[in-house]
Amino acid sequence: MAGMTVAEKILSRHAGRPVAADELTVIDVDAAMMSDTTAPLAIKAFREMGGTKPWNPERTFLVIDHASPAPNERIARLHDIMREFSRETGAVLYDVGEGICHQLMIEDDRVRPGEAFFGADSHTCTYGALGAFATGVGSTDLAAVMLTGKTWLKVPRTIRLEITGRIRPGVEAKDLALAMVGKLGFAGATYQAVEICGEALVPMSLDERMTIANLGIEMGAKAALVHPEGLELPYDFDASAISPDPDASYVRELTIDGAALRPQISKPPRPDATVDIDELIGTKVDVAFIGTCVNGRLRDLHAAARILEGKRVAPGVRLMVSAASQKVFLAAAKDGTLATLTAAGATFLPSGCGPCVGTHLGVPGDGEVVVSTANRNFRGRMGNPEALVYLASPSVVAAAAVAGEIVDPADLED
Amino acid sequence: MESRFTGRAHVYGDDIDTDRIIAGKYTKTLNLQDLADHVLEDLDIDFRSKLTKGDVLVAGTNFGCGSSREQAPLALKVAGVSAVVAKYFARIFFRNAINIGLPVLEVPDLEADSGDEVEIDLKAGVVKNLTKHTEYRASAMPQVMIDILDQGGLVAYLKKNGTYDASAL
Repeated sequence: MAGMTVAEKILSRHAGRPVAADELTVIDVDAAMMSDTTAPLAIKAFREMGGTKPWNPERTFLVIDHASPAPNERIARLHDIMREFSRETGAVLYDVGEGICHQLMIEDDRVRPGEAFFGADSHTCTYGALGAFATGVGSTDLAAVMLTGKTWLKVPRTIRLEITGRIRPGVEAKDLALAMVGKLGFAGATYQAVEICGEALVPMSLDERMTIANLGIEMGAKAALVHPEGLELPYDFDASAISPDPDASYVRELTIDGAALRPQISKPPRPDATVDIDELIGTKVDVAFIGTCVNGRLRDLHAAARILEGKRVAPGVRLMVSAASQKVFLAAAKDGTLATLTAAGATFLPSGCGPCVGTHLGVPGDGEVVVSTANRNFRGRMGNPEALVYLASPSVVAAAAVAGEIVDPADLED
Repeated sequence: MESRFTGRAHVYGDDIDTDRIIAGKYTKTLNLQDLADHVLEDLDIDFRSKLTKGDVLVAGTNFGCGSSREQAPLALKVAGVSAVVAKYFARIFFRNAINIGLPVLEVPDLEADSGDEVEIDLKAGVVKNLTKHTEYRASAMPQVMIDILDQGGLVAYLKKNGTYDASAL
């Protein structure tokens, strides 16, 4: 038998037999997660299926993050459905303000390398950062996981993406992630897994790996698995279980020259419309947003603070910042980052997904230009179809906030 | 579920994301009619007024990319769309549509214009453009998806079967 990819290894363990790409299989699921966008429908479907208690309440997670705190009574009622379900069944609830689901699952040690994790949110692929086969599904699929502890799937073929060289100062994990989406395209990994590896990844922290795996779905990937070379976790793990065999078979192999990479920006309305920042220098900006499951972690706030230290946001520009979790917010409060950003004119929003997905706070006006650290810039994504959203790294967003237009952060420091 | 039906085509392009099928600001509800009222709003503001119950949505590649929101196929279904035919679908949308009982057919070479009369035979996996007198074969689906759709969705399928049967894939 040929060697296995990471997806084949993990799924074989969960199928209880060796499985290879293109095979249909039923697997045991380790954990399930849903947000306030998807949980109410999932709970309804679960009950209609005849479910009373999830197969494993300790590993069933409900996170109130998409419209949090509730902006109106309709959504308050949906949040109550989640609280009630948690009380009744013992499923684990993260309530208003605790943070963004994907940040919480990793920060709170809810997912581990080699696990099969299903989340009713497309960015569940983020946990590929630590070698979990993690994928997004809809509410009814998640209800079925709660009912049976299983799901069915087709074992994906795998694309191998190697990022050679070390990225240069001023270039961030987000730039790599955007370059990757630009290279493979919006549907470039549909139905497939992507293994991401190479010298550029080795020195990267878990936070940075999360930024990269997070954008896997922007290429349509079923899972985005970062190789474990250089991965540091606060517990022991078996790296061989989340590494491919040397003779694993790939459907496609690609490389990106990390050493040559410039800061990247994706133009509206497509995450794969990625260009070097140089093409967009001078683009006027109305709103700058730093946060989300891509770039709301402490190192992202630090990157922004380095740019904004002692400066003010340009007149007419609104800078919004949302820490990915309460823990991140507290750390930023303790180390002075919060003060630096606030002194520069930043408005802090609750930890959550609201602005990114257009459900709560920070909706841009007609014709306004937003630079955001998020992962999506579809038409209407931030709640107004007449706004334009550019995707970039925290440094590029912070620099744009200071300059009032897109600038290379390196030029700003001069 | 009725396995053979006809409807009028509404044709759109490639890469239609779930945000344009139903914007995030409308997804937080259990009132499915609310979803239907805003379906495809950011793609075509006139879609709702042009839609007649039973019409067929025809799209290009990567239909339903982006968010995992099941509200997207639900909005289409409740609004009265009888099926979606696309060159190919984004993975999560495809599963969601089957799970909620909205027929989806992958037809890589379909040619249709808005207003064409389209006949769909789910059992045979055949799409006919009655206006242009052309016939297309849809890509085969795994048996488990055919069974789920046949029962009207995953809720009914699991109520009947209790769990997934690996031998029935």
